[in-house]
Amino acid sequence: MSISKNLPMLSILAFLGLWQGLAFYLHSPLLPSPETVARIFWQHCQSGELPYHLGMTLLRLIVSFAISMLLGCSIGIALGRNEKLNAFFDNWLVIFLNVPALVTIILCYVWFGLTESAAILAVILNKVPNVIVTLREGTRALDKDLLNMAKCYGFSHTKTLRHVILPQLHPFLMSATRSGLALIWKIILMVELLGRSNGMGYQLHLFFQWFDIASILAYTVAFVGVIQIFEFAVLKPLDNLALKWR
Amino acid sequence: MTTVHIQIHEKTHHGTSIPTIENFNLTLNAGEFVCLVGQSGCGKTTLLNSIAGLDSNYSGAIHVGNQFQHPKIGFVFQQPCLLPWRTVRENIELVFANQNTVPKSHIDESLELMQLTAYATAYPKQLSEGMKRRVSIIRAFATNPDLLLMDEPFVSLDAPMAREVRELLQQLWRKRPHTVLFVTHDLREAIALADKLVFLTSRPMRVLKEIEVSMARDSQSIEKFREQLFLNHPELQPLL
Repeated sequence: MSISKNLPMLSILAFLGLWQGLAFYLHSPLLPSPETVARIFWQHCQSGELPYHLGMTLLRLIVSFAISMLLGCSIGIALGRNEKLNAFFDNWLVIFLNVPALVTIILCYVWFGLTESAAILAVILNKVPNVIVTLREGTRALDKDLLNMAKCYGFSHTKTLRHVILPQLHPFLMSATRSGLALIWKIILMVELLGRSNGMGYQLHLFFQWFDIASILAYTVAFVGVIQIFEFAVLKPLDNLALKWR
Repeated sequence: MTTVHIQIHEKTHHGTSIPTIENFNLTLNAGEFVCLVGQSGCGKTTLLNSIAGLDSNYSGAIHVGNQFQHPKIGFVFQQPCLLPWRTVRENIELVFANQNTVPKSHIDESLELMQLTAYATAYPKQLSEGMKRRVSIIRAFATNPDLLLMDEPFVSLDAPMAREVRELLQQLWRKRPHTVLFVTHDLREAIALADKLVFLTSRPMRVLKEIEVSMARDSQSIEKFREQLFLNHPELQPLL
């Protein structure tokens, strides 16, 4: 029992051990040890560089994530509830799902200039179709009997959405949130790399030019850490609250 | 409470030329318990869905008394249709548009009558199937409807549990005698519950015969009534 409880911690320790062993064996600047990465991380924190660039990336992530989720959920639910609307927009969705992220980013920068809004728009255009598809499928799977019950008892649209539809869509919302965070931050790095003068993508590009692998890993660890904190401080408690009835 | 008139001239499903319902006329007196009896697939659920406004694709009118307004409906579906993420009490209270108008004492009384007081804060997954049906019955009664529709609510329960829930329904209805339209294909169940039996034809569905029921509802009397019914109305036999 105690072993299975500690398995996640043991797996992280095993990963760090493997990394340390490989770094010791190779003894190359191409694979710095965890201890070196930790030292570089601390130096970047003390200089204020890492918090600034991480903050800029997080700000872009929050804005683009919020807009993508809001738009994607609204359109996804609408398409899931209306067959004619879905039949009309289905092909658009397939097109937008298959346009490479790089193409959207380049087009947004070419059409709207190397601006903050163009960067955010590029991220949103890449993410929204995924949210739409997830929520559309969730909406199609809604329990029709419960919707009939709501209609029969005269629930308003808001009440039906809040008490009948959204609780059923919870797993789909969480799935879109988690996959969204993972996808968006990767796109943001590309957006920053191509057309911004700050943020983690910009910094990683510089470190790449200098072959500074330790700094690249230090920035990666920082970002993954932030996303993990968000998972445990926000998403997990939200999950527990919404699924209390189970 | 007042009488409810149901008139459906025609109801046809997409892709078929034969109407599902044709010239259906029924008047329910205030506080009357009416059982619709017909073969499976004759269109009973379609009729209830049309009355409840879940299917508005028909020609005709359903109104209360002399006013041409749609009646306030309570509905007990074949499945309990409870929100799994809400407790028993919340499921009942949620059907009220304004939470300030929830008749708490009325609901408490119904919970007690249906032997569910101890489960008021339980979630549906903690209840048996029979208990879930009882909650959906309380919910339907709580809104004080002009017309209470019940679509074979005991169909998936085993016989002893169906009998138990049926007896509790009768107790609640005696206490709050709303006008009820109850659909079933089980004649014994219909005789046990109804003030009036309405027999239906199939495809298109029409009212074939209306028969008043006024007798004691013990199993012997129910059986006797059933035998007499077949003797006096042999045309009903193919329907059952």
